[in-house]
Amino acid sequence: MADGDRIGIVVVSHSEKLAAGVIELAHQMAPNVRIEPAGGTDDGRIGTSFERVTTAIGAADAGAGVVVLCDLGSAILTAETAMDFLDDDVRQRVRIADAPLVEGTVAASVAAESGDPLEGVVRAAESAGGGGTADLADVPAESAGASDDGSSGEPISRRITLTNSDGLHARPAAELVKLASTFPQRVTVNGIDAKSLLAIMALGLVKGDEVEIATEDPAGAHAVEALAELAASGFGEH
Amino acid sequence: MGPIGAAAVGLDITWAVDWVRRSADSMAEHRIELITLDREIGDGDHGENMDRGFQAVLPKLDDLPAGSTPADVLKMVATTLISTVGGAAGPLYGTAYLKGSVAIAGEASIDASGVVSFLEASRDGIVARGKAESGDKTMVDAWTPAVDAARSAADGGASAAATLRAAADAAASGAVATEPLVARKGRASYLGERSAGHRDPGAQSTAYLLEAAAAAASNGTSA
Repeated sequence: MADGDRIGIVVVSHSEKLAAGVIELAHQMAPNVRIEPAGGTDDGRIGTSFERVTTAIGAADAGAGVVVLCDLGSAILTAETAMDFLDDDVRQRVRIADAPLVEGTVAASVAAESGDPLEGVVRAAESAGGGGTADLADVPAESAGASDDGSSGEPISRRITLTNSDGLHARPAAELVKLASTFPQRVTVNGIDAKSLLAIMALGLVKGDEVEIATEDPAGAHAVEALAELAASGFGEH
Repeated sequence: MGPIGAAAVGLDITWAVDWVRRSADSMAEHRIELITLDREIGDGDHGENMDRGFQAVLPKLDDLPAGSTPADVLKMVATTLISTVGGAAGPLYGTAYLKGSVAIAGEASIDASGVVSFLEASRDGIVARGKAESGDKTMVDAWTPAVDAARSAADGGASAAATLRAAADAAASGAVATEPLVARKGRASYLGERSAGHRDPGAQSTAYLLEAAAAAASNGTSA
């Protein structure tokens, strides 16, 4: 995909080193995303800089939009102030995510890497810290969780051996989570919620590993089938 | 001073520039005190940040174009503080001066009701930015009493200078009144109950800045 289609990320931290370190971590999983640091004050002390935030937003914005991640409270104040000074058309495509800095930046960067739109990247960031509760909030109430008769039903599962070189890391993990999120039923990968990007990546599954995709919800059979097919297809890496 | 002189007394560009110079002096003078207050319940940078911010403002006073209004001066202060004060105080004071300057935009001379408008818009800007309420142990606890005192002074027919004096005194009392409070916003909120017993540094710097405003105004009227 063209660079201009991807959402950019800005990491606002009181510490220059912290911003750089978080970006190093996120870039490992999202090498093609513009992730710009705004760490420390103008002269490199601990603090946040209006100028650095403004500059970073400009550098991260390729036209599709920017998601800003912040560490402590005054970083948010600085980011909000910088947003006030942006041109109206730019401000419309900049969001400050309410998310923990490290988890939020990684989740947002991976979502941006796989081409999610602005609101999708924000959602990825904001669901990164809360154990996937934001994902559940998107599910219609009547279908959230296992249905009454489903909890006593037989688990439905498929076993797949990962064939793609990255395993369930970064982009493949993001694709899996994105697909899982289109189904209201709870589906697990080796017992882990398939809608939680960071939890899936934390499994550390690599090429050759066997994964079990399962649900206890009888209505979730087609979700398991779809996720298994995606994994078996090698996430398009063949 | 005769009645004509008294009637002509509004707060003009001379006042605004004098306020900024006095603010810079005050932040330099109280730098250590504000650092000490902030070290007790925060990260200890407030005095240094405010001093650096106002020192950066000073040279820009010489570059003001002819015909500048008080609002122009305060807007310049706002953008400079936002750029140079690293902590939360930069965005908060910057927003205050910015919103305040909008409330008095274009006016060459500010009367008592203009003072109230300025203070109220500044306070509202801080509240909108920091989302703190009265009693959270923040600078709002100095600003809101200042706004209230200014409004009742102006309603009672006080001059612009007397209105600012009322605001400054109320801000000073408000800062003292933050001492027993438990912080609910800002870095001090991490301390919980342990934040009680210390004066909030942001409320104290607010008191100093409004004191500088009032002193600049009374200097003008007695000249």
